[in-house]
Amino acid sequence: MTTFLQQLVNGLSLGSIYALIALGYTMVYGVLRLINFAHGDVYMVGAYVGYYLSRKLQGREPSIISAVLVMLGSMLACAVLGALIERLAYRPVRREARLTLLITAIGVSLFIENVAQLLFGADPKFFPSLAPSADFVVAGVRLTSEQLTVIAVSVLLMVLLRFFILKTRTGKAMRAVSFSLDASKLMGISTDRIIAITFALGSALAAAAGVLIGMQIPKIDPLMGILYGLKAFVAAVLGGIGSVPGAVLGGLLIGISEVMVVGYLSSTYRDAIAFGILILVLILRPQGLLGRVQKEKV
Amino acid sequence: MKGLLLGLAVTAALLVANAAFMGVFGAALAMPPYLLQVICLAGINITLAVSLNLINGFTGQFSLGHAGFMAIGAYASAFFTVTFGDRIRAVLAMLPPFAQDGAVLLIALTIGAVLAAIAGFLVGVPSLRLRGDYLAIVTLGFGEIIRVLILNIDAVGGARGYSGIPKIANFFWIYLFAGLTILVVHRIVHSSFGRTLVAIREDEIAAEAMGVHTTRAKVISFIVSSAMAGVAGGLFGHYLMYIHTNSFTFLRSFEIIIMIVIGGLGSISGSILGAVLFITLTEGLRQFAQYRMVLFSLLLILLMIIRPQGILGHREFVTFLTRRRRQLGTDQGTAAEGG
Amino acid sequence: MRYRIAAAVCLAGALVMTLSCGSKGSGKEIVVGEYGSLTGGIATFGISTKNGSEMAFDEVNKKGGVLGKQIKLLVEDDQSKPEEASTVVTKLINQNGVVSMLGHVASSHSLAAAPICQSAHIPMISPSSTNPRVTQVGDYIFRVCFTDVFTGAVVAKFASETLQAKKVAILVDVRSDYSVGLQTFFGQAYKRLGGTIVAEQSYSQGDSDFRAQLTAIKAASPDAIYVPGYYTEVGTIVHQARELGITVPFLGSDGWDSPKLWEIGGQALNGCYFSNHYSTDDPNPAVQKFVNDYKAKYGQVPDALAALGYDAARILADAIGRAGSTDGAKIRDAIAATKDFPGVTGTITINAERNAVKPAVILKVENGKYLLVETIKPEQVKL
Repeated sequence: MTTFLQQLVNGLSLGSIYALIALGYTMVYGVLRLINFAHGDVYMVGAYVGYYLSRKLQGREPSIISAVLVMLGSMLACAVLGALIERLAYRPVRREARLTLLITAIGVSLFIENVAQLLFGADPKFFPSLAPSADFVVAGVRLTSEQLTVIAVSVLLMVLLRFFILKTRTGKAMRAVSFSLDASKLMGISTDRIIAITFALGSALAAAAGVLIGMQIPKIDPLMGILYGLKAFVAAVLGGIGSVPGAVLGGLLIGISEVMVVGYLSSTYRDAIAFGILILVLILRPQGLLGRVQKEKV
Repeated sequence: MKGLLLGLAVTAALLVANAAFMGVFGAALAMPPYLLQVICLAGINITLAVSLNLINGFTGQFSLGHAGFMAIGAYASAFFTVTFGDRIRAVLAMLPPFAQDGAVLLIALTIGAVLAAIAGFLVGVPSLRLRGDYLAIVTLGFGEIIRVLILNIDAVGGARGYSGIPKIANFFWIYLFAGLTILVVHRIVHSSFGRTLVAIREDEIAAEAMGVHTTRAKVISFIVSSAMAGVAGGLFGHYLMYIHTNSFTFLRSFEIIIMIVIGGLGSISGSILGAVLFITLTEGLRQFAQYRMVLFSLLLILLMIIRPQGILGHREFVTFLTRRRRQLGTDQGTAAEGG
Repeated sequence: MRYRIAAAVCLAGALVMTLSCGSKGSGKEIVVGEYGSLTGGIATFGISTKNGSEMAFDEVNKKGGVLGKQIKLLVEDDQSKPEEASTVVTKLINQNGVVSMLGHVASSHSLAAAPICQSAHIPMISPSSTNPRVTQVGDYIFRVCFTDVFTGAVVAKFASETLQAKKVAILVDVRSDYSVGLQTFFGQAYKRLGGTIVAEQSYSQGDSDFRAQLTAIKAASPDAIYVPGYYTEVGTIVHQARELGITVPFLGSDGWDSPKLWEIGGQALNGCYFSNHYSTDDPNPAVQKFVNDYKAKYGQVPDALAALGYDAARILADAIGRAGSTDGAKIRDAIAATKDFPGVTGTITINAERNAVKPAVILKVENGKYLLVETIKPEQVKL
């Protein structure tokens, strides 16, 4: 039983990371109907920015303050990056065929990955520890402070996001744009601005995920975004793409199932699980768990 | 009849060229092995690009899993050759060696193609009901699943890679199959089935309303495309003598996408052009290997912004020749040229 | 539009022309090729090896070169892709006219390129490919390191005799042929010495969470845990193991060798051991000189791959000298005759299987340093 609970905790912690990244996918898809292939790479950049920032802060004692500073710095940097990507690569092709957008997204993803390899070097780097480390044992289950931080910060960010989307005007505008781009324009919403904000917000969350992952599993490398990004996308689809609570639910489910499969079956199929779930979801319930069925009108 | 004669002539020409490159007609005509290797790899790329274009360009279904079918073809055909090759050769002992090799290769490639086609069917049926973006991710996922599955089969080497494949593919075979692929895709595209595919690409709902079995057509196109990828994979393995799953990752699928996008989705000549350009740039920029993918991805983005239809768009090389004639024709009032 | 296409075709043609020319060495130089992964997933290994061999040839050239000529080293990058290895080796042999080849670190890349060197009668020396199959490709293929068979036996001997471990668990990287091979060879040797393998778990290169597998291993209560993987995962593995309350020592092999290992694993690694090709602690003055020279030139302590690259290059230069010519067959024979060569990775003799017969070292991880604990000679190990 304790093993099961232990795996559950591991799964929640991993799932929170997927959820944070999935939120970015789902928000961008909501407003643009675009799968932002480059999103996983923004997550990777977030981790690296966090790495370099924490190296700068090195010398001081690891503390909560420095951890928060690193995270905020990384989120800010990636928000800018996300907005830049949108402005330079996606906006010029927004009116083109869906396929063109998809290929552009792939191009951006490859570009970021390869530039990162050039800039940061291909070999993995290791995150220095930011916050003081402590372990807690509850009912035979071992919780590291890193895992607790990941879960706590993720919950905090998701609550803040929900507040933003539901209670602020910009959030309302985002919901309007995801419902209908053209009607929003007619209502006087500056859709370009809203889309840019959506990208920035999603990228900031991905950056937070990157820093959190760096704290928990210290190894980062330029190609880490590919797999995590894909699995987070699966999470977004599982929960219902376009649905914010869906992304969270999907992320947690994917995280838990992955850990369970590795723990009770074999690690060889760790990556295959996410794709397997994707295929099942798309065959059985394409709108996802919390999504609405989208009728395509001619 | 004309087509058959043309086909035989081309085959003969390829045979002669192959012999010349190997040095049979003297050192002056022999091709430096490095250049020959580049040309052969280009031929395999052409097969991959043209086959992918059938499903991506002509049918408009965005598949990102092409490398997976290539892998199946490579491993299946290699396994056959390594395990049964000698027995086949013994049976055909009365033939000259190159004919024996050819027979083994043909059987191996057929097996690879059939298995890849079956995989294409298994992947296609559930996936092709999905819309563009989802299809892309699902095919990407399938490609990776295939790769991981092969990685765990110890009989074909697993993580060690599969070595000891005899080098029975050469310039002749590679370009013969490249030519066959082009021929097959060309015939499909210019048939009524091909028009069905284009209709699906242009507007799937309208096509369905017109009575087209869209799912069935998409699956057939997918199966043909996968089979040809399997052939390319088989030729790849039998040329390089060693295969490893690291050669069949989604990066390889992306590379093929780059080739057809540069050349022009929906244009066979475009895919050929794209494949040739890709490998030429790859080899020519070898000193700048680190910047290679940066350049390619940047090129891709710029291409989508400035000229999303690629170099040739939907046109073929032939169109340029006929267009001039047509222009001259209308000047002289000839109506026979049209249609 | 037509002009644009014409321009593209001309550009392509021009590029093709550049392909046909390659720089062949001038008559005053001996051109040697090296292929390695300088970019991509395994770039660090390729760069280390290149540094080592470059330094070796620099030293040789400063002393006047070989056969009165300077050695020119041409290095090509295979981007961590096995099929690229075959292409660059073909290029080096045919376009650049190299007389010998150095490479590769990864056995899969060596296996891809070896048939080409073999059929072209160009001797190939691998500095650190440890899979036994590499030298079986043909009689022109050599290596200056020992094989995984030896490594597995060495670690098994250490575990069984020095650590007195009766039960060992193995955590293997299924994506790495190196790791899987070591699992097999260690297992065979350890069982022969009377030990029991109580658990075998697996992970994939690139994974970052091993708690599931470690929890299962903990349940089997081993005396030691063998992780024949790469430092990139090992540090995290041991770190997480300590978090889970596993206190027994971890064992590893040369894949652990990197200063970054300590960076990741930290204190958790204290009291762990791994087998390696050489130790920077070795009091042998030749080794110390090598370490200092390398540090001065490249700013880092040389790892085993750099040391092996250095030795491979020196053995090649020595062989060319002994052969008295740049003829492939003669160089091959000279390499095969190498006996008791004083390398920084030990005294190297090439045996009939074209593998190196030399001792292995066991290093202990202690507070950021890798201390030499034991040297195990080939005679001491039953293969």
